[in-house]
Amino acid sequence: MNLDTIIFAISAVVAVFGAVMMIGQRNPVASVLYMIVSLVAQAVLYIQLGALFLGAVLIIVYAGAIMVLFLFVIMLLNLRGREDLGAGSPLVSKVTKFVVAGLFVLELGFVVWSGVFPDSGSTGIQSSASEFGSVKVVAELIFMKYLYPFELASILLLAAIVGAVVMAGRAAVTETDESDDDDPVKEQTVDEVHD
Amino acid sequence: MVTIPAFLIVAVVLFGIGTVGVMISRNIIILFMCVELMLNAANLAIIAFSRALNVVDGHVIVFLVLTVAAAEAAVGLAMLITIYRNRETMNIDRFSILKW
Amino acid sequence: MLEIVLISSLKVVVIMAAVLTGCAYATYMERKVVARLQHRVGPTYAGPYGLLQPIADAVKLIFKEDIVPNRVERITWGLAPLVSFVPALLTFIVVPFGADIELFGRQIKMVGSDLNIGILFILAVTSLGVYGIVLAGWSSGSKYSLMGGIRSSAQMISYEVGYGLSIIGVILVANTLSLRELVEQQASVGDWFIWRQPLGFILYLTCAIAETNRLPFDMPEAESELVGGYHTEYSSMRFAMFFMGEYANMLAVSAVGATLFFGGWQGPYLPPVVWFILKVFMFMFFYIWLRATFPRFRYDQLMAFGWKVLFPLALLNTMVTAALVML
Repeated sequence: MNLDTIIFAISAVVAVFGAVMMIGQRNPVASVLYMIVSLVAQAVLYIQLGALFLGAVLIIVYAGAIMVLFLFVIMLLNLRGREDLGAGSPLVSKVTKFVVAGLFVLELGFVVWSGVFPDSGSTGIQSSASEFGSVKVVAELIFMKYLYPFELASILLLAAIVGAVVMAGRAAVTETDESDDDDPVKEQTVDEVHD
Repeated sequence: MVTIPAFLIVAVVLFGIGTVGVMISRNIIILFMCVELMLNAANLAIIAFSRALNVVDGHVIVFLVLTVAAAEAAVGLAMLITIYRNRETMNIDRFSILKW
Repeated sequence: MLEIVLISSLKVVVIMAAVLTGCAYATYMERKVVARLQHRVGPTYAGPYGLLQPIADAVKLIFKEDIVPNRVERITWGLAPLVSFVPALLTFIVVPFGADIELFGRQIKMVGSDLNIGILFILAVTSLGVYGIVLAGWSSGSKYSLMGGIRSSAQMISYEVGYGLSIIGVILVANTLSLRELVEQQASVGDWFIWRQPLGFILYLTCAIAETNRLPFDMPEAESELVGGYHTEYSSMRFAMFFMGEYANMLAVSAVGATLFFGGWQGPYLPPVVWFILKVFMFMFFYIWLRATFPRFRYDQLMAFGWKVLFPLALLNTMVTAALVML
């Protein structure tokens, strides 16, 4: 029972706990918070596997940007977790989804079972390779070997930005036609808050 | 000594929770986060494999997956705002008509 | 093993104590300096020169009634002040504050933890700082808080981009992500990165002010428009936590700025720690000076300034720096 094992056990339990709590919440903000807890624990797991850079990026990108975006949307729509989700799903779909989910959990249980007791001996991670997964190594790969995928990813991001602005902006323009404001998105933001 | 399968088991469990969440949840925001969770579980598995094989290339793949996840969140949330303005609900069952 | 744990925890305790004291006296400094700039004298009653004023403030806040409004979301609401305070403290873990020293026959690094991804750690922790304000704004159940929260999340996300990009210039020049190595590269005044990254420094300073929600960018609070912004509904110690969080954040960006651009603890004659504190408080003085001088921006001006001026400039700075480093 060395330090590595203890850290692994704690972060694994926290990651799974956060994920379970996330899907069980009625209040979306609580969900986002549990997701962040899970993400931080996952970042610890990344770092344990030697992926220092990715651990930091996971926090910066996910916890620092994507989850803030979720919170921002929740605040913008002013959801407080008490609104009626409407009538439940039809019985058939309800039964189906729980049965399928149950089967899936069983299958996962089987996978985990066979993972806990593997047939062949498995090796532990060595903490000797200090350069493994460092920023330098990953950067060299990204900018040399995988330059084209990297550039494609940036184009994808650009397309996503344009798409998001067009989609969220268009509705705002149609709703705030009369207003003289030259920035429709911002106008809409303020309107939403006043509700 | 922490073994690679231990990390894989965590990844599998997280992926499973994400999938079950996508199937069960009716709130679209939570459903969205479950998709992100599944992506993250896959990332964890990739990093674990890349550690087991001692190849850093897996990290680049995870990096690209993170980019895709960010793009997905941006577009998805924009869609969510647009739909919410028209439907006034977060219930995924009400979104079955792909037109507004 | 036990020794490592012991040394680390000792370091953490010392750093925490230093930062908390620094926060307390930053409030005193702010009141005094602003008072002088406005031809007043500031606090004088508590202790000589009013030096005990922070303690008096703390005692007052502790004894105030802790009011919990009806419409708040209890758990999130209680968590928010903590969440706004802790990331600022975490930043100090990776900031080096002195040269290595020999103590009881072993080398001790004067830094909480010498991470070789120190700057990434700082960016990660800074990006978590927004949660405190967002959660406080959302969970208070009051429209002023909500507006403050929404404003701040938009502002902090926008300015974080510029903040990160302005630091990238320094990383490109220094070719390292470890703050300790950064400081070692700036041994003399001529080596300070401010001379090689002047635009980067100005961008950093501006974005840091916006990140810490200080005047002239204090949109989330904006007393005259939003009552108190995100902390309208907070009182007593919970309010004090926000207050401390703001000053801890200021100290954090000051410490990082001093390390990145002004050579950290490097300096002649005086001990390194003193130089470090001097540089940090030089930044703090600048902040307070700005507060006493400038009026508040309007919200749309703020966003336009962030995206249409700072962001392109930061990109330009990164590109030019990268090109120069390549040559």
